[in-house]
Parts: sequence; C-alpha cells; structure tokens
Amino acid sequence: MSALAVVTTFLFTVLKYNMALLYGTVGEIVTEKSGSLNLGVEGTMAIGGIGGLLIGCAFDSIFVGIIAAFACAALCGLLFAFLTVTLQANQNVTGLTITTFGLGLYFFIGNGLKASGKWPDMLSLEGFKSGTEPIKIPLLSKIPVIGPAFFSHNILIYLGIIIAVVIWWYFKYTKPGLRIRAIGENPASADAVGVNITLYKYLHLMLGSGIMGIGGLLMAINLSGSFEGSKCWINGYGWISIALVIFANWNTVAAILGTFVFGLFNTLQVYGGSLSDAFPKALGWLSKIPPQFMQALPFVITAIVLVITSITNKKNNKPAAVGLNYYREER
Amino acid sequence: MKKVLSLVLALVLCFSLVACNGTNTDDEKFLVGAIYINGQNDTAGYTYAHHSGITKAMEQLGMDKSQLKIVDNVAEDDAAVTQAIDTLASQGCKLIIGISFGYLNAMQDAAEKEQYKDIIFSHATGYLSNETNFNNYFGRIYQARYLAGIAAGMKSLELNNNNIGYVAAYGTEYAETCSGINGFALGVQSVNPNAKVYVSKINNWADEAKERQIAENLIDNYNCGVIAQHCDSAQPQIAAQEKNAFGCGYNSDMTAQAPKAHLTAPVWNWDVYYKLAIETAMNTPSEFMSKVGIYYGGLKEGFVDIAPLTDNCAEGTKTVVDAVKAMMINGEWDVFTNVKLSIDKDGNITKTEGALLDNEGHEVISADGNTYYVHNDAGALEAVEGGKSAQDGVIKGSMDYYVAGVEEING
Repeated sequence: MSALAVVTTFLFTVLKYNMALLYGTVGEIVTEKSGSLNLGVEGTMAIGGIGGLLIGCAFDSIFVGIIAAFACAALCGLLFAFLTVTLQANQNVTGLTITTFGLGLYFFIGNGLKASGKWPDMLSLEGFKSGTEPIKIPLLSKIPVIGPAFFSHNILIYLGIIIAVVIWWYFKYTKPGLRIRAIGENPASADAVGVNITLYKYLHLMLGSGIMGIGGLLMAINLSGSFEGSKCWINGYGWISIALVIFANWNTVAAILGTFVFGLFNTLQVYGGSLSDAFPKALGWLSKIPPQFMQALPFVITAIVLVITSITNKKNNKPAAVGLNYYREER
Repeated sequence: MKKVLSLVLALVLCFSLVACNGTNTDDEKFLVGAIYINGQNDTAGYTYAHHSGITKAMEQLGMDKSQLKIVDNVAEDDAAVTQAIDTLASQGCKLIIGISFGYLNAMQDAAEKEQYKDIIFSHATGYLSNETNFNNYFGRIYQARYLAGIAAGMKSLELNNNNIGYVAAYGTEYAETCSGINGFALGVQSVNPNAKVYVSKINNWADEAKERQIAENLIDNYNCGVIAQHCDSAQPQIAAQEKNAFGCGYNSDMTAQAPKAHLTAPVWNWDVYYKLAIETAMNTPSEFMSKVGIYYGGLKEGFVDIAPLTDNCAEGTKTVVDAVKAMMINGEWDVFTNVKLSIDKDGNITKTEGALLDNEGHEVISADGNTYYVHNDAGALEAVEGGKSAQDGVIKGSMDYYVAGVEEING
C-alpha cells in the first residue's frame, strides 16, 4: 500500500461521491433566495436521478440524461411552485410532501421496471457509459496526487462546480439576480417596483429543483445505475444539502467548500483506517474515532456555525422572507 | 325526493356492511401473518428474500395467496410491532412471522398474552423463545460462506494475489457478521494458506455508496483481487467488475449485476424453513415447538447454499466445492471445529486436528474440539459451558473474534 495512493484515492472519492451534495445545496440556495423553503430536496433528487438515468439510457446519451434529469426535477419544482405560490400552501408541508412523493415515485418506477426486466443496464450502453468516463484536464491532471484526485473526473463533477460559480455570479452581478434577491428579502417592495413575483418565483423554483435533479443523476451514475430496490440512491444526501445551505451561509461558492468539508468527514468513515495505516504517526488516531462520530460531525459543525453567527450578531445571508408565502392582498 | 333517496342510500349502506360481516366469518382457511421491515413489493433485498420464501412455501403447500396477511414497513419499535401483531391476530392469523431482529421483545410479549395462546410466533435471526408458541430461526450461513471462501481462495491462487477484501456491514459487533467473515476466511485458507482477508466495515446494514467506496478502497489500496461482502446491494461486485477484480456476492445470485466479476454467492433458501413452519403450524400446532423448535438449518436442510459457480471461477473449483459441501451435508465435518481442511492443487483434502486460533494467537476452540471460548465482559476469553447447543450459540450469538489471517482495516 502506497501512502500517496491512499491520499489520492481518498481525495478522489471525496469529490466523486459527494459532489451530489453541491447540486442539492446550490439548488436549495436558488430556491431559498427566491423566498421559498423547499424541504423536498431528497425527493426531487430521486426523481431527477431516475428520470435522467432512464431517459438518458433510452437515448444512449449522457447529455440527454442531464437535460432529462433537470427537466424531471424541474417538474417537481413546478409542482412546488403551483402549490405554494399559486395555491399559497404551507411551504414546509409541501416540501415534505414532495420528498414522500418523489421517493414513492422512484420506488414505483424502479420496482416496476425491475420486476418486468426492463431496467436498463447502464454499463452495457456504450454511448451513455462513455459519457460518464473521466475527462482528464490537460496539464493539471498530470500533477502528482492533486491531478488524479481533482482533475480526472466525469463531466458531472466539473459541471457542479461550474453551476455553483455561475449561480453566484448570476445573483451578484445580473439584474434578474438582483430582483430575485429582492423577492427573497422583501417581496412586497419588489412587487411595488414592478417585479413579476409569480413569474420569478416559478422560474427560480424550477431552476433550483432542476439543479438538484442533476445531482440525483450523478448519484445514479456513481452507483452504475444499478437499482437495488431496498434503498434509494439519494440515501439522505438531500437532507444533508439543506444543512449545507446554512453551513455555506447561502453563498453558492462557499457551498463548494462546504461540500468538500462534509465530503471529507463522510469519506473518512470509509478511509479513516486506511489513512491511519498509511500515516501511522500523523494520522494513527483516525482509526480510534468511532464512525458514528464522523457521521454526526458535519451536523455538529453546522450547529456551531449557527451558534457563532447568532452570538456575533453578524448578519447571516438568510433571505428574510424565506418560508413565507407572499400574497399581494395582505400587504 | 332527495330525502327519500338519501334514506334509501343509507339503508343500502347499512346492508352492505352487514353483508361484509357475513362473508368474513365463514372463512376457515389457515391464515399466515407476516411482519416486514421493508415493503412487500420490493424487488431485491432482505424483505424481498423473505417474502418470496413465504409465497414459494405456500405455493408448494397448495395454499392460496389470500391466506397470507402482511403488515409491511414496520420499524423495529415495540409499539409498531405490537400494533402489527394485533392487526394480524384480529384478521385470524394462526402463525405470525416477524423477520427483523428488533421485533424480538414485542413478539415475546405477545406470545405470553392469554388471548394469543393459540397463535404461533416465529421470529427470524433472534434468540428468544418459549416452550409453547414462540420460536426463532436462523441458518448456518457460515457453511455457505466457507464454500464461497474456497472459490475466492482458488481464484486468488489463479490471480497469484493473496489479498482478498471483505466489505462487511459490521465486524465483531455482531456474531452474524463475525461468524460469516470467519467462515469465509477459513474457506479461503483451506486452499490458499497464505491468503489474507482484509475486512472493512460500513457500520450500517445498507448504504450503497459506502459499500462501493469500500470495495474501491480495498481494490485500489490493498490490492485485493477478490471482493466478498456482507451487505445487501451488488455495488461491491459492480465496483470489482469495473476495476477488473472478482467477487463473491451475498443473499442473492449477483451474476446478473456483475457478470464478468461474480464467482458465486452464499444464498438463503428461506422457503425451506417457511414450508416446514407453515405446514407444522397448520396441521399439528401443538407439536410446533417439538417439531420445528429453535431452528438452525444449514446446507444439509438446503436452508443455505451457494449460487451456481460462474465461468469466472478458477479451474477445478466445482470439484473441490462439491466435495466439501458433501462433507458438511453428511455431517462428516463442520467449519467451526478443531479439524482444519487443507486442499491441494489436485483437489486432495487432508484433515489436520488442532486448536483454532484467533488473529491475536489466542485459542478459541480447544485442540480436542470440546471447548469453545468467547470474550467475557472484562474482555478476556472464557470457556463456554453447555455442549453442542451452546457451541451453536457461540456461532449464532456471541462470536466476537476474527480467526488468524483476518485483518480489520478500520478497527
């Protein structure tokens, strides 16, 4: 066992298996910036994952898969928008409903196709499979350790980072970005200056959900598109994403860092023993930490972040109107 | 007019309810009740395995589908299980099957209740029972794991790679996982005494992403050529295939998911037990505890087995596996004893007597084969009293050490 190889595969695994968290987090940030709290991330990711995989496999193309994942999940966002914006339903309840609905639909479709023998075998579809092969970034991927760990991943890993940066730029430097932030902070004032609140909310709720859906597709691809029936691919990542939104302080670039930190602890549950074997002196203590502690650590850190931001009274970036439905007549 | 109509409708409703009641009472068929941890419509996994076992057994006994009543998605929570039992009992079930370990206390309490005296309770994987209407059942899956270990060991010889990985839900925390790992490792060593089994734990019964990551770590960093597993999903096998390694699945034949990697898999034939249990409960309920009792079936009963060996296996694997399987079926030899098997390249089996040692060099089965040891609360090895059934109890319920040649990575 080579110590450097352990570090390389460890960092590679952190990125590969946790990048879905970034999609979930960025999607939820977009949603919350528009003043809505969507607790349906888990279900939305499940729908995006299964929809993207099935349609992508049917067309034997990863690009069709990505678009389909976005579209299927955006439909969940549309449902959420219709219920909470048009019908003014409670956002918390609606979000939880979407999670239940999404997971239910995931198992319904998956079990049905599996039982009838129609579940696609992703690994035997050359077009789709070649789209999931790692893309080596020239020069950068040649750097020892860092190159293979960070710069030879499949397309969805890079896409996640790109989306996070683009969304950050969108909120900070564009006019629609400013408007949606205004809606999230104070919809009444945005309404007063003539922003079409309903349209903006619908579009951004669908955009946010769509981004979550691509994360679902990434989880499906990470697991070779194998539907096992007893557990969903997403397996709680949607919930962790919601915690990550707070950790990242509603900043999509900070979410990249947050994803890496959460991913680090997540992967230490698997690699703790190997790292302590590889570096007995420096990291020998890792193998003595109970895995349950590692599982809890990201949430403990999130709680600490919350405590610190409230003690120092430093303004956090939480949109002021998040979770509140806007109804013009109530002004 | 409206009033007349509503009156008529109300009367129709009343009568329809009476009619329902009437058809229910004349049903005297034997009803089986089942409590599942996951959904009855699953297409893979633990609940699926039990559900197919029960339905297959009922089919063999010529029973109708309607004779099975199910409460599914029942958490390991005493209140939820008690409610499920009450539901099934009120439907008239005379045999109630609970498939998950955590159901044990609620099932024991129900079996003691006066109004449920004529119902038989049967609990999978547990250790509680009473003398009249409550048993538990489990299987000698370690025997099947030994056979899978032989296939893995022969593959390691062919690959000229002595490192074998084992993706385990848990390690020494549960006797079920522990005896499985040890059975597998002893099987590996019977053909390849130099092999080393690296165990890496998920610390969860099911987590597909971690199962896969662990398999990848074992292949990438520990240079394992064969990956065995004690977890539900086929992810370790798929990971092995993608990295050009081989593997042994678990629970079901995983050849479909990883056709280029899969060697064989220890599997359960739950229908074997369910046929016996349902037949006895239906025909001679008073003799259930003497005929079925605490059930611990193995290869002999056909309760556990291995999936058909694939073409990925090394040459000659089938001959050796069949020979050892026959020895276990006819009672000539068993895994956790003082007799070790050594199998050479030509398939000749030699027996050597001697103590079984754990991976710290301590004796866990004495050289004469009569004394079994397990750790006591203070962490020291202590002899177990009580003969054969207590020795089975060690394998089933208290084994908490790895045999020599096993190394746990994150421990």
